[in-house]
Amino acid sequence: MTPPSPGPAAAVPVLALGETLLVTLHGELHDGTAELLQQDLAERIARSGAVGVVIDISGVDMVDSFLGRVLAETAANARVLAARTVVVGMRPAVAITLVELGLTLPGLTTALDVELGLELLTRARPAAPGRRERGT
Amino acid sequence: MPDPAPSRATSLPVGSDADLARVRRQIRQAAAGLGFGLVQQTKLVTAASELARNTLVHGGGGHVEITPLTLGEPRGLRLSFVDRGPGISDIELAMTDGYTSGGGLGLGLSGSRRLVDEFALDTEPGTGTTVTVTSWTTAIPAARPGAR
Repeated sequence: MTPPSPGPAAAVPVLALGETLLVTLHGELHDGTAELLQQDLAERIARSGAVGVVIDISGVDMVDSFLGRVLAETAANARVLAARTVVVGMRPAVAITLVELGLTLPGLTTALDVELGLELLTRARPAAPGRRERGT
Repeated sequence: MPDPAPSRATSLPVGSDADLARVRRQIRQAAAGLGFGLVQQTKLVTAASELARNTLVHGGGGHVEITPLTLGEPRGLRLSFVDRGPGISDIELAMTDGYTSGGGLGLGLSGSRRLVDEFALDTEPGTGTTVTVTSWTTAIPAARPGAR
């Protein structure tokens, strides 16, 4: 018999890099874990005043319509909380499959890797005064 | 289309989202073992994830039978998703892109159909639903029902 998968809904760690939150997804992602992440991220953004979120899915070997929806909703939540989201590192086989499935994820910003994703967020950030500052 | 006799069928329960993860892993392993390419593996696993979720969400749980088709070439993998749920009363509607009865995106049936070589839906209201899909190691790019 195959060993049981790691327990239900284990939290995904969220790393703060300056004003950007970095989330790295890998391996088998349970539905519950993905939904938990969606809530966690929204709370983290609101609490920290992060202006950008990078979600690295280079370690994810399959995105179905459920995970696709969670990613899209996570980005939408972030947008409402004044943060931009970039999904990075999608594997070519995953991209091909998603499009054939019928999920083109409009509204989701993507970049090839974490570095390019961070660059995209930096470039897009308005250098306006009155930008929210972290902490204190 | 060759239809070699099935061998070594495996049955896995579909009753929780941990089961979904297990089903995906098992199918990935089976497909890789049969010589499916990476894109084909990904398509098959993604289709399986959609269909297993249907079994769980709409069918109230059930099981999946994983059958490697290894007699002759090309080799194939057949997956049957079986539930004893309420069944589907309007198949045509259920197969429509964007139609959903469960709060999803409505791509489960129509989308997964595009990701496999063969797709069969057997359902009866009040009795349950069985969706059987088959993919072959040599991609046959011609027939893509529903592709736009």
